[in-house]
Amino acid sequence: MIKGLIYIILTSVLVNNYVLTKFLGICPFLGVSKKVGQAAGMGVAVTFVMILATAVTHPIYYFLLKKFELEYLQTIVFILVIASLVQLVEIILKKYIPSLHKALGIYLPLITTNCAVLGVCANNITDGYNFLEAMASSLGCGLGFLLAMLLFAGVRQKVENANPPKCFRGVPITLVSAAIVALCFNGFAGIVETLFA
Amino acid sequence: MNVWKNLFKGIIRENPVLVLLLGTCPTLAVTTSVSNAFGMGLAAMAVLIGSNFAISLLRNVIPDKVRIPCYIVIIAGFVTVVEMIMHAFVPSLYEALGVFLSLIVVNCIILGRAEMYASKNNVFDSVIDAVGMGLGFTLALFCMATIREVFGAGSFMGMEIPFLSDYKVPILQNSPGGFFVFGCLIALVNKLFKREPKKEFSCKGCPSAAFCALKDGAKNGKAENCQNEKKEESEK
Repeated sequence: MIKGLIYIILTSVLVNNYVLTKFLGICPFLGVSKKVGQAAGMGVAVTFVMILATAVTHPIYYFLLKKFELEYLQTIVFILVIASLVQLVEIILKKYIPSLHKALGIYLPLITTNCAVLGVCANNITDGYNFLEAMASSLGCGLGFLLAMLLFAGVRQKVENANPPKCFRGVPITLVSAAIVALCFNGFAGIVETLFA
Repeated sequence: MNVWKNLFKGIIRENPVLVLLLGTCPTLAVTTSVSNAFGMGLAAMAVLIGSNFAISLLRNVIPDKVRIPCYIVIIAGFVTVVEMIMHAFVPSLYEALGVFLSLIVVNCIILGRAEMYASKNNVFDSVIDAVGMGLGFTLALFCMATIREVFGAGSFMGMEIPFLSDYKVPILQNSPGGFFVFGCLIALVNKLFKREPKKEFSCKGCPSAAFCALKDGAKNGKAENCQNEKKEESEK
């Protein structure tokens, strides 16, 4: 049981990293990765919202949509639930835990329309995970996102000082360096299977 | 505005993917084969036309404060329709696109066009804008998928190319290849059209810009969080 959960977490952090192998959440990955501090804030906020969103959407799907055979409403329901959940969390944090709101608050509205969050919720349903597995998978995906953000923020600070050809300046060179980071993550393929063999 | 100019601006001058840098996730994810890219482009175009049409019709009805949730509901409705149609008529494509089909909901191109164009212009112009943007998106996906499929898998639309299939570069089919080809393609567009390269992902197309605290921080001079916005203003 626990072994299975650890397996899911490790797989989603290293092998099926959401940003670098599944291409979800590219916008914040490229947009908010200029400074390590901001990257960490965004990563933690995304992890937080992913876990919350899974905790809410997973029961909704199985106890509401599936029960009444409304599976085709999945997309609409999920995006609405996530959007209102994020707003709610922001209000609650602002009222009761201002220090946490100060650290994460500015990133929260940006996450509403982040495809990584919706992607995690939808993938947990497609993969047929039960509640605990779904929670483990969303934790893993969040941590994977955080890891990718932190690593890439470090790489980007070096890239900023480099002097590429003119047409490559800015976004193109950032994408090429992301390709190299993704190449490193490709090296993890198969590592989890070996660990648990 | 001139209809043709409005239609063609989305294809080259304001290409949503290569110039405005919107909708990067599906661009990277579905371009491993040309047929997937076509399917994704057409699906997004259908949703874009529908949502631009509906939002433009409703632009005087929707209250300004809750406009983003309203747009999301409208878009999600059209996405569900497209999803069901694809599931019924092209199940293989539906399987191949997988989660990215439902992720059209959060595709910045669609929300961005709703916010930037359809909410301010009449129905006809909005639909033309949607067609142009949809064609631009499809074209960009097509270019990228062609490079990745021809050199990565040695085939085109599933047909094998005699010589290339012996010397394929499989890495182009994987994730690093996606990032790499996309970066090079943007650089190529910059070079060909002698455009000043875009320094950052801008707030202009970002659907969250309306309630983005990073932006407000920059304006009040409190934080230097959102440099993008500052740079844009200074460029103007």
